[in-house]
Amino acid sequence: MTLARNFPFFSILLCLVGSVLTSVLKPKAARALTVIISGVVLVLSAFTLRYALAMDAAEPFMMGHFPAPWGNELRIGRLEALMATGISGVLFVTLLAGFYHMPAFVSDKKLGLYCIMVDLALGAILVMLYTNDLFTAYVFIEIMTIASCALVIVRQNGHTLVAATRYMIMNLLASGLVLLGISMLYGITGHLLMEPLGRSVRQIYETGQYMEPLTVVIALITAGLAIKSAMFPFHAWAPDTYAFAPPMSSAILSGLIGKAYIFLLIKFIFRVIGLDIIVASHIDSILFACGVTGMIIGSVMAISQRDIRRMVAYSSVSQIGYIYMGLGMGTEVGVAAALFQMLAHAAAKSLLFLSTNELTSVSGDRKRFHYLHGAGYRNPVAGVVFTVGAMSLVGIPFTGGFVAKLYLATAGMPLGGWVRALVLVALAVSTLLNAVYYLHTVVSIYRRAPAEIDYPPSHRVPRHAAAALLISMLMTVYLGIGSGPIMRVIESGLKMFA
Amino acid sequence: MWQALYENLEQTVAAILFGIGFTILLLQRNMIRKIIGLNIMSTATYLFLASMGFIEGRKAPIVMDGVTDAAAYINPIPAGLVLTGIVVSVSFTGIMLALTVRLYRRYRTLDIDQIALLAKGEDLP
Repeated sequence: MTLARNFPFFSILLCLVGSVLTSVLKPKAARALTVIISGVVLVLSAFTLRYALAMDAAEPFMMGHFPAPWGNELRIGRLEALMATGISGVLFVTLLAGFYHMPAFVSDKKLGLYCIMVDLALGAILVMLYTNDLFTAYVFIEIMTIASCALVIVRQNGHTLVAATRYMIMNLLASGLVLLGISMLYGITGHLLMEPLGRSVRQIYETGQYMEPLTVVIALITAGLAIKSAMFPFHAWAPDTYAFAPPMSSAILSGLIGKAYIFLLIKFIFRVIGLDIIVASHIDSILFACGVTGMIIGSVMAISQRDIRRMVAYSSVSQIGYIYMGLGMGTEVGVAAALFQMLAHAAAKSLLFLSTNELTSVSGDRKRFHYLHGAGYRNPVAGVVFTVGAMSLVGIPFTGGFVAKLYLATAGMPLGGWVRALVLVALAVSTLLNAVYYLHTVVSIYRRAPAEIDYPPSHRVPRHAAAALLISMLMTVYLGIGSGPIMRVIESGLKMFA
Repeated sequence: MWQALYENLEQTVAAILFGIGFTILLLQRNMIRKIIGLNIMSTATYLFLASMGFIEGRKAPIVMDGVTDAAAYINPIPAGLVLTGIVVSVSFTGIMLALTVRLYRRYRTLDIDQIALLAKGEDLP
């Protein structure tokens, strides 16, 4: 089935053409088209995954008429296809479940524009997953930045405006760092494609010349991508942005867009620089330290929130910390565990943001825990879905989060003495803290509602939205039960990376 | 070390300019100054790239008088990168200015800290 090797390119093209098309359609048609595009991308990615599972080595896909050292390339491998399938699947159910309450946040006229940005964001995510060229990755980082800022700003109030401005400024700083890093890398190697880059970097490392610029490059690009994915000391923009954006945007931003940046970082680490050189430069130790601190601090901050949206937003900071801890271990098993955590978090976080919105909307749009009492009875589907998502992030067995934590702990075992202890202690403490705030929330949504508060008459959740929420819940459960094959794909995909 | 910095004067200047722009974008409170900082920062990167592609004594890579030997021209790729980068920074400047206009219409100030304070005082919808 050689047609399937064109599918990554088709799906990218589909997103970009779709975003142009949506700009001339009426809001309702634009909405439908966006959902259809994400569904088609899901199917195409699934076929690509099937194709990738059958091949022995990753294949480059030439774009345009110039061969390897000069031209632009995509690269089709198992890991890329797996992540594309996961991300487009999560996006598809997010759109199905989230679109119907967008009118509460966005005027009808803006909804068409919002759809353009969703398409662009999906296209940019796909390019960052598949591209083999560092500068193309940079260009799409910028497109993603613009799209994600627009996803936030679409809700017109002061809080959102300020949050979006902060988000934009941090992203611009990060883009500057990445661009300077890529320029310097081009300066010392003369390449932009990842394979020749990897070979030149290896040469530089072996001769020992230009080691300082190389270290600066690694630091610049890692810092840039870490800021963009809200790693701990750079997370300041994240909670406000996630809390004030429309819920569907928060789900896309936190669940999917952040993951694309991290995936690009993993590609940079494995394919451009090489894991051993990263370990020799000690950048991975910094990532590890930031990850562990983020896991704890993010959870502590989440406990102190009185507002459910902000709590879920802060828990993102802690979950991103897990990913960086896995990355920072500097071993392939650690990175594989981090990749699984990325999938588990993407699935769980998007359903948490969406079900949180359902719960607050049946409580008169009030987000304080006090008002949420009984919300699990007023909207049973959202209650169950929220509970499962929370259980996944806490790490209860049979959910994706549990397996991710298990893999992280297993990956920590072969590490040296105190690092192993640190991994296990951090996982234990963070799990405990997660349990404190998530179980508290679950208990409070199932508590009897106080009589003195009058709630709005409950509205019916459209069937497709409820079904989508349930499907995303099943995805989280599937990640917990069927994790073996997924982990094998991740491991063999990582082998193809080198 | 000073010798090396002097020999790569353009890159040195570009790095200093990048630092200046980065600091302005990060620390200035006025939105317009932040945008100026953004532009200094990205222009510094273009200087860095363009100076790297330049080779003493060669011409711009545009074939005019039939010379097709690559040795006659400078490296065209950095120039292409700079062009792409300019497009990106123009669009970012546009978005930031639009955001600034919206913030100013709402709060009548350009100071981001003050705006954040004012926004905090607003009731959540």
